[in-house]
Amino acid sequence: MSGTAVHSLWTMAAPAADKIPAPKIEYTQLSPVLIVFGAAVVGILVEAFLPRKSRYLGQIAVSVIGLAAAFAAVVALAARGYGTTKAHVAAMGAVAVDGPALFLQGTILLVGLVAVFTFAERRLDPKAHGRKVDSFAAQGSAVPGGDAEKAAVKAGFTTTEVFPLLLFAVGGMLIFPAASDLLTLFVALEVFSLPLYLLCALARRRRFMSQEAAMKYFLLGAFSSAFLLFGIALLYGYAGTVSYSGIAAVVDGTAKMTPALAATTGNDALLLIGTAMVAMGLLFKVGAVPFHMWTPDVYQGAPTPVTGFMAAATKVAAFGALLRLLYVVLPGMRWDWRPVMWGVAILTMLVGAIVAVTQTDVKRLLAYSSIAHAGFILAGVIATTPDGVSSVLFYLAAYSFVTLGAFAVVTLVRDAGGEATHLSHWAGLGRRSPLVAAVFAVFLLAFAGIPLTSGFAGKFAVFKAAAQGGAMPLVIVGVLSSAIAAFFYIRVIVLMFFSEPKPDGPTVAVPSAWTSTAIGIGVAVTLALGVMPQYFLDLADKAGVFVR
Amino acid sequence: MSFPLLTVTAALPAVGAIATAAVPAAKRTVAKWSALGFSVATFVLAVIVLVRFEPGGERYQLTESHAWIKDFGVRYELGVDGIGVSLVALTALLIPFIIAAGWHDADPLEDKNPNRRWRPTQGFFALILAVEAMVVVSFEATDVFLFYIFFEAMLIPMYFLIGGFGDQAHEHGDDEAAKQRSYAAVKFLLYNLVGGLVMLAAVIGLYAASADQLGHGTFSLQEILQARAAGKFDLASSTERWLFLGFFFAFAVKAPLWPLHTWLPNAMGESTAPVAVLITAVVDKVGTFAMLRYCLQLFPEASKWATPVILVLAVISIIYGALLAVGQRDIKRLIAYASISHFGFIIMGIFAMTTQGQSGAALYMVNHGISTAALLLVAGFLISRRGSRLIADFGGVQKVAPVLAGTFLIGGLATLSLPGLAPFVSEFLVLVGTFSRYPALGIIATVGIVLAALYVLVLYQRTMTGPVKAGVEGMKDLKVREIAVVAPLIALLLFLGVYPKPLTDIVNPAVGQTLSDVHKTDPKPALEATK
Repeated sequence: MSGTAVHSLWTMAAPAADKIPAPKIEYTQLSPVLIVFGAAVVGILVEAFLPRKSRYLGQIAVSVIGLAAAFAAVVALAARGYGTTKAHVAAMGAVAVDGPALFLQGTILLVGLVAVFTFAERRLDPKAHGRKVDSFAAQGSAVPGGDAEKAAVKAGFTTTEVFPLLLFAVGGMLIFPAASDLLTLFVALEVFSLPLYLLCALARRRRFMSQEAAMKYFLLGAFSSAFLLFGIALLYGYAGTVSYSGIAAVVDGTAKMTPALAATTGNDALLLIGTAMVAMGLLFKVGAVPFHMWTPDVYQGAPTPVTGFMAAATKVAAFGALLRLLYVVLPGMRWDWRPVMWGVAILTMLVGAIVAVTQTDVKRLLAYSSIAHAGFILAGVIATTPDGVSSVLFYLAAYSFVTLGAFAVVTLVRDAGGEATHLSHWAGLGRRSPLVAAVFAVFLLAFAGIPLTSGFAGKFAVFKAAAQGGAMPLVIVGVLSSAIAAFFYIRVIVLMFFSEPKPDGPTVAVPSAWTSTAIGIGVAVTLALGVMPQYFLDLADKAGVFVR
Repeated sequence: MSFPLLTVTAALPAVGAIATAAVPAAKRTVAKWSALGFSVATFVLAVIVLVRFEPGGERYQLTESHAWIKDFGVRYELGVDGIGVSLVALTALLIPFIIAAGWHDADPLEDKNPNRRWRPTQGFFALILAVEAMVVVSFEATDVFLFYIFFEAMLIPMYFLIGGFGDQAHEHGDDEAAKQRSYAAVKFLLYNLVGGLVMLAAVIGLYAASADQLGHGTFSLQEILQARAAGKFDLASSTERWLFLGFFFAFAVKAPLWPLHTWLPNAMGESTAPVAVLITAVVDKVGTFAMLRYCLQLFPEASKWATPVILVLAVISIIYGALLAVGQRDIKRLIAYASISHFGFIIMGIFAMTTQGQSGAALYMVNHGISTAALLLVAGFLISRRGSRLIADFGGVQKVAPVLAGTFLIGGLATLSLPGLAPFVSEFLVLVGTFSRYPALGIIATVGIVLAALYVLVLYQRTMTGPVKAGVEGMKDLKVREIAVVAPLIALLLFLGVYPKPLTDIVNPAVGQTLSDVHKTDPKPALEATK
């Protein structure tokens, strides 16, 4: 017996080395994400090596350049047809490069850019010891009210780490709606959630409230992550794969049957429970009823620039992920999830609108209004038509700029204790500062969906999609809750314009160019998308095809 | 491409609104003249539109059509028929008078707080022009969505006009009045917004239905009408009824029809007289106009189905509005209830589905606009002199201010449809038109005329005749500006009362076409029928 023959008794030849698939990463196609993460890392280095004085400008430069470059990369990719003809799944089936992904990434990057402007504002708070300060705690680690904090304030510390944190969050959000397998989805979720938890805790004023908000957000967020992860495990158990296209194939029955698969596909419980849990995780991020409990507390406690960013960008990213999950992975079982989503959408619209009526704090009011809006967007998601996709994309773009602008205005109205968010303080604002009140009124009218604002175009788009998708009852509920919602938006306008200003009422701080730019962009987008929505609707239409 | 006359007519007041709002705070008079100038220029354009319009020509004339929001199937389509063109003219005619009558209504009070950067005067006149622009677009639009956008958007400037500017003489800056005013503004907005949102559901439904049947969603009135004529657009009757109800609800709130009318007395009572004229003579006309144009033309079968109920509601409006007007103690609320009664006549005329009834309704819209404007503006002058809206505070005015009393009487007589004044013609046509098909309703509605005589004459008697009351003694008669506002309106009432032919010539063809859409022919005269 020859040596080789003996050898072959207990060994076998390994496949030739060149057959091991080397991970193929399409760096150009992933460049938006990579640029943002690169900028975030540079931000950390800036924090580590630059002297304290020059960090602020350094961080702003890095963030602005990073986000702008990433946006340019998104535009370049879209221009080269990756949104339409060349759409495919990159990075070994982990990240989709397609129309919806690019559209949402572009939106998130612009939202991030505007959010950087609001983060950079340093003229609103009174100077502390002769130094300009922003909305963030002097030192996050210092105990509120303790000696360390006093020392930090006296030394003029500022938390410039917020910029890299923002960039990390943006990076995670870029991947989230593009994730094309469940594990990437989970990792992206954590990547953008963790920086947000931190950012929530960093308010300069009312620090306990801010930390409480962060704690709540973190705990509930951790719960929802656990649900998501458990759901992923169950879906893996059902389909034997975590890739979207793989699961979709199994659900549709087009996958190649293996004995293992045959054993599990008989058991729909895995699929149904897994789907429900994954959807739960996403609906939590979206802020849909009954997973909305965190929204008002977190929106109220977080520093207002962070609230604005979070309210706008998280919603875009999470709805993107939800769309992809429902349209790419689970269209085959839409008869199962649609009734449930109907219920969620109806509850979300009604609860958001009705509870908002009783609110007395402007940030909580906007939080409940964001819940109601999540319900409107869900109505578009439920349509399950191509129009459903494009209308949701359009709504998200329109809504996020209104939100950013509205929260930026909230930062301006201040009294001795910082921002005056109690609604009674807003009485007579229109008499004292007509311009600020008028701008806020524009945002409120857009939220209420009055024609000639982006809110109307968006609402019309999703309701139209829902009606054509056979969900006319949802449209009627949506219209009714819009009417309820209109009541409390109008109430704020009444308060601002028709009440006499209080003698000791808050003042409107004059912002620096940063916040003014952010608000200006918000107003411009709100009106442009309201009067001339066609270009953006076309864009959303073209971007409306997922790759699987 | 021809000159976009209709667009320019609508855009000019919008430009005027921006220009007026931009006038510096100290230059109040400049803002007033700017507003007046723009409104007069708009009137000139409206007259040109009226002259260029050929009665008996194409159904929609001076049309413009451009792509706007392709995704929603929305086009920027304008065009006027006889009814639209007369209402555009009415709007453009009344706005200069409204501005002139409200010349001092928005002058700032002695300002307690010099820090406030509130510029009431500029805002007041800019908002009036903004409302004008939006109303004109709604009369000109032939695309349902375009109409809807401006139908809804006009609520916002209207809301600020009602809530932001009250009778200063009446208020003395007290809180209670400000609260009432704010309540009225919110009530106005919520009623109309809810109506509008219900309509939005129907608008979306119309899109879905047209996408279903034509292969592409459209809002173009002409395209839908042509498709229906060709048999390509045929709604299931339940769908048509739901959509009709959605549209009609919004218009009935706006018009306003009993029982959706309760916002009107508040809104008219609390706002200044010129703004009240703007509400009832101009903005509310969009509601009745839209019933005629959209409800009847888009949903003819459903309109016929709903006719009995709507007619009953209209008759209730007539009687109920008139009865409550008799019982009012507040001059402006009295006129508001009188208007509810008159809108009942208009709606009855529309849904009687006879040529006379609908021509009467179309004329009624124009005549009611002019007569109410005359009466309310004089009432406004009266109220601002005394600083009270209560009838009981007046008495014997005709002895101290005879011209004021005389113009008030003519306005009042026009309101009760005295023969020889314009409203008589239209009210008569509406009643005859209704009677020929629904004799019982026609007879009940005539009670409204009797009641009208009662509330107008009692109002005149209590305020103008009798002994001169305390507080009325030193009352000054009408000033030149005020006479300049009222005299042309009264002249017009007389002219159209004696010679309504120019107006009927413009309106009648449009009415004929609408009726042929609904497939209704006039009932045969009784004599001929018995033969």
